[in-house]
Amino acid sequence: MDAAAKKQLKITTCKVRMGIIESVYNAKSGHPGGSLSSADIVTYLYFNKMNVDPLNSQWEDRDRFVLSKGHVSPCLYSVLAHRGFFPVEELKTFRKVESRLQGHPSMRYTPGVDMSSGSLGQGISTAVGMALGAKLDGKKLRVYAVLGDGELQEGQVWEAAMFASAKGLDNLAAVIDNNNLQIDGSVAEVNSPYPIAEKFKAFGWNTVEICAHSFDEIEVAFKAAEEFKGKPTAIIAQSTKGKGVSFMENQCAWHGTAPDKEQYEQAMGELRAALETLGVKD
Amino acid sequence: MADNIKIATRDSYGGALVELGAKNGRLVVLDADLAAATKTGAFKKAYPERFFDAGIAEANMMCIAGGLSTMGYTVFASTFAMFAAGRAFEQVRNTIGYPRLNVKIGATHAGISVGEDGASHQCCEDIALMRTIPGMVIINPADDAEARAAVFAAAEYEGPVYLRFGRLAVPVIFDSDYKFEIGKGVRLRDGGDVTIIATGLMVAEALAARELLQSEGISAAVINMATIKPLDEELVLEAAAQTGAIVTAEEHSVIGGLGSAVTETVCKTGSSVPVLRVGVEDVFGRSGPAAELLPLFGLDAANIARKAKEAIALKK
Repeated sequence: MDAAAKKQLKITTCKVRMGIIESVYNAKSGHPGGSLSSADIVTYLYFNKMNVDPLNSQWEDRDRFVLSKGHVSPCLYSVLAHRGFFPVEELKTFRKVESRLQGHPSMRYTPGVDMSSGSLGQGISTAVGMALGAKLDGKKLRVYAVLGDGELQEGQVWEAAMFASAKGLDNLAAVIDNNNLQIDGSVAEVNSPYPIAEKFKAFGWNTVEICAHSFDEIEVAFKAAEEFKGKPTAIIAQSTKGKGVSFMENQCAWHGTAPDKEQYEQAMGELRAALETLGVKD
Repeated sequence: MADNIKIATRDSYGGALVELGAKNGRLVVLDADLAAATKTGAFKKAYPERFFDAGIAEANMMCIAGGLSTMGYTVFASTFAMFAAGRAFEQVRNTIGYPRLNVKIGATHAGISVGEDGASHQCCEDIALMRTIPGMVIINPADDAEARAAVFAAAEYEGPVYLRFGRLAVPVIFDSDYKFEIGKGVRLRDGGDVTIIATGLMVAEALAARELLQSEGISAAVINMATIKPLDEELVLEAAAQTGAIVTAEEHSVIGGLGSAVTETVCKTGSSVPVLRVGVEDVFGRSGPAAELLPLFGLDAANIARKAKEAIALKK
């Protein structure tokens, strides 16, 4: 990735993070921690990888995206808004009665959402169904899913993993956002899913381990996934929950809590400062 | 009624899928290691490239069906009713019902007539569970002709449908040119004293009950209510007005199924028409041959006739 492209991605991701904070602050509820940890990956996918058309969100040959960890909807919504699927201003309506932005993603409400999700473990299965459908049609499109590391505790994830490799769904890449925290504590304390890569390998997947916040590594991982034939790829992405907002980083408490006014201003201030270091005045 | 011919509706389902597969190249069938029993095996044999076995993983199968349907396929997902509506309830609710996806759930081995496998596999709660999902269409066909017609109608319909089939061979009631319409009940017999509203294999029993009642000088109308949701409320209210007493009959719990749906419909008009329900009385089933279990659990003509007389006695 050249320096200019990387800088642009950093700027976009910073704006995506501001959108996340804006959404959750205005809704007075939602899940900022995991939204911030997934932001770089989802932004990269929608801006630098996936073949999508914001003006034709139902285009049938588009690449598909499933947010299996559906509670981090603020991340998906912010990325979709910045990509042009709907106005960025609309993020402020998140979780409100008249809004198209439901608490968890709904394909019937929001342009650009390919699959309703939110009940953990189900999204990856739907992505498997999409990948199977694409293969059956001989379409070249690819399917991407993002899962939480806590989500791996759902048995259905492994039903999906077994099926995807048995059918050789190499058009599917699943990212595990490994921020190591869930509601009740660290994933290792609650019910350890580790070692994650070894588990996916044992289920017949190609695996890649990366840092979730390095665009160089993200790019290499998705390229490797695309080139690997015969097996789906699991990208285990080590991340920081709350990434980009100092007081939210690595704090369980920010899994599903909205910032108050003071915290909102601090968070936005930090993100604006980050934008300024990239030469952008918000 | 065509005499002596008995066909299990699961066989009708398998046969109809093969017919549909020839006409619709975008029809895909999924099963969860029960293709031999659900009879989707016939489709597998005819169109192996459009059949996928999820293995013993019903939750995953339902969500794969959801994902596949978003790629422009009409998907039939099959397993026993116990696992389709029971085990995978939340997957069906959240990943098929909520996004209104074009998935047809072909649930076989519903009810007590599963027989020897016993209570763990005798699902008498599926209609109740599926009724609570907004937008879910529920069809419980009575015989071979209706089951085939229901499969065709479900494939034509855009959206989620729960189709309920049985393991036991049941009498053929309708001709092969039988017309089926989703949401429409069918008045099979007229009568003045009481209306029996039946679904599934209880329709044949309702017709037999009518004969029993007739021999006692009681005139019973019989309605076949294959679609339980959306319910043909107009027909129910017409029956209530015409006969002043209703008995429902279903191979399902008396809680939450056809009997509940009919009762809710009659009650909301402020009517005092009695509605008595024949069904499984809030108990688990048990092992045994289906032919012995059905009367044991009150799912027969004799019990329908008994309840009909009780309903008539309750008339104001």
